[in-house]
Amino acid sequence: MAQTQTPARHDAHPEPNYFAVIVVLTVLTVIEIGVTYMPMAKLFIGILLVGLALTKAIIVAMFFMHLKFEKTTLALIAATPLVLCTLLIFALLPDHNPKKHLPQPAAAGTEATAQPQPTH
Amino acid sequence: MSHAATMDPTAHVVEPAESPLTPESWGKLGMWIFLAADAMSFGGLLAGYGALRYFSLNWPNPKEHFGINLTAAMTFLLIVSSFTMVKALSACRRGDAGKMKLFLLITALGGAAFLGLQAFEWTHLIEEGLTLQGNPWGSPLFGTTFFILTGFHGCHVLSGVIYLLVTLMMAGKGSWGYGEVEITGLYWHFVDLIWILVFTFVYLI
Repeated sequence: MAQTQTPARHDAHPEPNYFAVIVVLTVLTVIEIGVTYMPMAKLFIGILLVGLALTKAIIVAMFFMHLKFEKTTLALIAATPLVLCTLLIFALLPDHNPKKHLPQPAAAGTEATAQPQPTH
Repeated sequence: MSHAATMDPTAHVVEPAESPLTPESWGKLGMWIFLAADAMSFGGLLAGYGALRYFSLNWPNPKEHFGINLTAAMTFLLIVSSFTMVKALSACRRGDAGKMKLFLLITALGGAAFLGLQAFEWTHLIEEGLTLQGNPWGSPLFGTTFFILTGFHGCHVLSGVIYLLVTLMMAGKGSWGYGEVEITGLYWHFVDLIWILVFTFVYLI
């Protein structure tokens, strides 16, 4: 019953060049793998990889999931988890960080004593 | 005139249903809400993974233990299966049932191949000592988070393959139309989208 309405409305938006979309996604994946081998700071590589992954995810949502041609309501629904997960990351950051509580010499000592399994 | 007067209120009753907030398809809206909720499950798992890894003192380097070439091939496979999914939808729009069924089948096969490769990868890693409880390389949570994240995604791929086969059957019979195939596509592209994130966060970073 709903299918009689949807096709007519969908003809309104143009069909993107899907082949170009997979070419872009593949190229971005190759760049991502290439970035991991580049002699750069770990933090910089991480930022680049997150940026590339988010770009790929947005391309999939925009063109394959047709979000580019949908009403704003669906875009708002799609953006909600992204916003909430970003908030979650900031909520987790001040969480217990063992790195802060282990001074350098003590850390080495703890690891040395923690390695052997206790005998029962 | 009195007849026209009675027609007008009816038109007004229909009008609010066409407000900007009215979805194009209720089924599609439902799928998007489900996907948003599902994305939050993955978001929670990925954020938890990030926190555990960030706070860990001895997290192994994923690049040294995971086969990046194999997982890159798996990524490519899912991207291509998303392409065949949109091709199935295009065929459905044109009314070409034969092509639609063919592309739906290829998409489902792509998903099944992905699962096969994942099973191969898991077997290889388990043989090397990576388990839910521990591994020979460092923090035991390395294995826990790996299996939970990729396993949760794998369950989605399995559900997607079943969903695609049901769509193939129903659309093949003519019981399902464009709207239903499009909703199936939304789910499948979401599985691809999540893998793009899992691939980067678990294997590359």
